[in-house]
Amino acid sequence: MINYSAKIKIMLKKGILDVQGKTVENALNSMEFTNIHNVRIGKYVELTVEAQNQDEAKKIVDQACSKLIANPIIEDYEISLNDNKGE
Amino acid sequence: MKFAVVVFPGSNCDADAFYAIRDNANQQVQYLWHKDTKIPTNIDCIILPGGFSYGDYLRSGAIARFSPIMQEVISFANKGGYVIGICNGFQVLTEAHLLPGTLMRNNTLNFVCKDVYLKTLNFNTAFTNQIPKEKILRIPIAHGEGNYYADNDTLKALWDNNQVVFQYCDQNGTVNNESNPNGSLMNIAGIINKTGNVLGMMPHPERASDNLLGNTDGLLIFKSLINKLS
Repeated sequence: MINYSAKIKIMLKKGILDVQGKTVENALNSMEFTNIHNVRIGKYVELTVEAQNQDEAKKIVDQACSKLIANPIIEDYEISLNDNKGE
Repeated sequence: MKFAVVVFPGSNCDADAFYAIRDNANQQVQYLWHKDTKIPTNIDCIILPGGFSYGDYLRSGAIARFSPIMQEVISFANKGGYVIGICNGFQVLTEAHLLPGTLMRNNTLNFVCKDVYLKTLNFNTAFTNQIPKEKILRIPIAHGEGNYYADNDTLKALWDNNQVVFQYCDQNGTVNNESNPNGSLMNIAGIINKTGNVLGMMPHPERASDNLLGNTDGLLIFKSLINKLS
């Protein structure tokens, strides 16, 4: 088995109002950052997964995301995987 | 009839629900612990109470949904058993896919804690049959994530099947933006599943069940179920 590290970015789907992002944007705009727009806030998850190969690792993480880590009704997620050989 | 109230780590309305059933509705009630793996066979209705199960970590209800007792609650519901999810309990029910849609952060970002008015849209359910037809319910809410969201197809199906049970409204029963406390689509405050045995609602009927508190509108929901099963 190989240990793969996964980095998962979770964002609200496009078109769903991100009230948190909007509030931060308003705060920024009320400061000196009047040129900042489209603030969206998501979640970032790191984890290690044991698998035979990269494909299997990806499949496991994808299932974990769709079952628990993200809510597919309102969130999209992106997974990036690395084996830990270089570390 | 006999109720059970599920206690998750972080539930904080479990004792209120227990009290409302035992002392206000005068029914038998027991607790079920989140680690329990069996629902006693004499239980007619399970209440998933309000609170912050598992600290609301990741998303409200997301972790609770995978607790041992929830696997039993899911099979209980799928066999036609009655389930009421209140506030955090509603969030758990959507995460468990026993009810469609999801509850997002309030559009105001505020934690809203106040009485709201509710219009009942469907009086022919196990949970609403004792509500007088013209009655506008006044029931408290207390949540930061009660903003009901579902995609258009899901919303349309809910509407077409009379599954939208409660809408936020004003004192006169008018459903409008001003009476929407959290940004819920179509002012949705409570829905049932297609088969009518699972209710999820953000307002807290157990907090409006005792005469001492000056409001017993919430008791009508429990009385409806008792009436249905008696």
